[in-house]
Amino acid sequence: MDLFEYQARDLFAKHGVPVLAGEVIDTPEAAREATEKLGGKSVVKAQVKVGGRGKAGGVKLAADPDEAVARATDILGMDIKGHTVHKVMIAELSPEIEAEYYVSYLLDRTNRTFLAMASVQGGMDIEEVAEKTPEALAKVPVNAVDGVDIVKAREIVAQAKFPADVAEGVAEALVTLWDTFVAEDALLVEVNPLVKTKDGRILALDGKVSLDENADFRQPGHEALEDKAAANPLEAAAKAKNLNYVKLDGEVGIIGNGAGLVMSTLDVVAYAGENHGNVKPANFLDIGGGASAEVMANGLEIILGDPDVKSVFVNVFGGITACDEVANGIVQALALLESKGEKVEKPLVVRLDGNNAELGRKILSDANHPLVQRVDTMDGAADKAAELAAAAK
Amino acid sequence: MAIFLTKDSKVIVQGMTGATGMKHTKLMLADGTNIVGGVNPRKAGTTVDFDGTEVPVFGSVAEAMEKTGANVSVLFVPPAFSKAAVVEAIDAEIPLAVVITEGIAVHDSAAFWAYAGAKGNKTRIIGPNCPGLITPGQSNAGIIPGDITKPGRIGLVSKSGTLTYQMMYELRDIGFSSAVGIGGDPVIGTTHIDALAAFEADPETDLIVMIGEIGGDAEERAADFIAKNVTKPVVGYVAGFTAPEGKTMGHAGAIVSGSSGTAQAKKEALEAAGVKVGKTPTETAKLAREILGA
Repeated sequence: MDLFEYQARDLFAKHGVPVLAGEVIDTPEAAREATEKLGGKSVVKAQVKVGGRGKAGGVKLAADPDEAVARATDILGMDIKGHTVHKVMIAELSPEIEAEYYVSYLLDRTNRTFLAMASVQGGMDIEEVAEKTPEALAKVPVNAVDGVDIVKAREIVAQAKFPADVAEGVAEALVTLWDTFVAEDALLVEVNPLVKTKDGRILALDGKVSLDENADFRQPGHEALEDKAAANPLEAAAKAKNLNYVKLDGEVGIIGNGAGLVMSTLDVVAYAGENHGNVKPANFLDIGGGASAEVMANGLEIILGDPDVKSVFVNVFGGITACDEVANGIVQALALLESKGEKVEKPLVVRLDGNNAELGRKILSDANHPLVQRVDTMDGAADKAAELAAAAK
Repeated sequence: MAIFLTKDSKVIVQGMTGATGMKHTKLMLADGTNIVGGVNPRKAGTTVDFDGTEVPVFGSVAEAMEKTGANVSVLFVPPAFSKAAVVEAIDAEIPLAVVITEGIAVHDSAAFWAYAGAKGNKTRIIGPNCPGLITPGQSNAGIIPGDITKPGRIGLVSKSGTLTYQMMYELRDIGFSSAVGIGGDPVIGTTHIDALAAFEADPETDLIVMIGEIGGDAEERAADFIAKNVTKPVVGYVAGFTAPEGKTMGHAGAIVSGSSGTAQAKKEALEAAGVKVGKTPTETAKLAREILGA
């Protein structure tokens, strides 16, 4: 889960990373009081989860509270690379800046370890630095057991060739940033820029944090950081029912068991769509192992509620799950939806294979639901689902 | 001969007495797995009856190993306790730990991986978030259904559980030497490369099927390894061509970040290494058949 800048700032502050004061607001008028609290001057910063907001006009200085209201009025509602600004941060004005640096910690999947990255060329897109002047970006592996203490932090600082007068200050910031990374179960913590001010302070002026949702069980505060307003309504509804769902932009609704098989199903449907009006998968939905009738009903309800969906492909390989249970699930789910007064009008193509497939197929045949068709191979079923979606488009 | 797991493997189950552990221990026993014990400090000294097979419960992995000679542990431990359980397995120096658990925090899996390294890598870790591995007809350590296929000469390594089952089913008449589900998390123990190397060295494997998916660069590195080290034919499949950037597709590790981790890049890397890559699971199975002339 990626956070907004103000949320990252709050987490940095909590763990001792030096930051400036700031307050998030969502109405222009609130900028007045927030700016007054900061002594009458502020920076108005658009809160969007995308880079390049400065260039897009999303960061403005305000010399007094009235100007802060005016700038907040300009920025709230602005579109920055497809992201609408719903919140701005009213931040303390930075003391004059002498130098801008970059520091981050992230997961290095390739080496199965963590990585510290640091550069004295901060303030710009770090991918650009990595590409144009790779020697200016130090990458230092950090062992998950050993972590970053002041000695390790000094090693990172030395490798990135920070000037002597800031070395110790940056090293201290690196230790607190590591504390943030570990304590918050982050996948990424990034400060860009980390600045040295004329008066000699080291400050984190902007940052990015991405959190590991698998750690939610020990991070009770993280749920509140979720941007529920921005979530797609279908994704939000699926999440509320504990379903693993991603909305896509096609016409064939997909339900399957197991992440790999569902990803594969999307691909196979997209290939089939090449022969049928270019229809594409409408979603990813993994109902997991032991798919009960209730889970199937929840899944079908979400998918049938998506107006983009023209046909549905249920693709199940019975591993531990028995296909007769899945077939019963489908039949019961349709009955359940119809009993709730929901009209099921979209055709369903069902492919069952594996454990008890024959029994499952028989249950579907016996139920003889007018909207359900059985196709017994994955490629064949994908083709049928694509054909039906194209016909209904 | 198979890889990592044979009929001689003595298997213990950490988390055996939980609901998931009970269910799958029963299934593993039914597949002929030599399960010699479970681990649960609170139930140490008791036994659990699985349809007439009495399985003793030990207080620790070390105790179970000492009393039974166990050399494989399968873990069905909830995410919050998985790190401690894996660390215990590493401390006991059990040669193989199969971590089935889904939903382990990355800081925990990175920590036990680093810990295994610091302890000299005496424990091979498979997973987490994986279905485990099976050597059909000999032993089953995990949740792969034992009745899909039969013993044979194809080796299978996959990030995905259900695609493992799908592929075993497609090629069920030919059969498998071993099938290893390495898991869909960002940090996993055993990689495609580890399994490829083991299958290359296994005289009872004639062809390797490798299944990958979006996220990370494990498939690209495996392709490089294949080009340099694998003489046996390899057939590949990659899932997630239609996955949008920045979205996690079910598996915690299945995410395209910017331009990296795409299915297309993985497919191209594998093909450049001489691997025949199927467009669908069925087509992939067909490619394997053609090579084997079966």
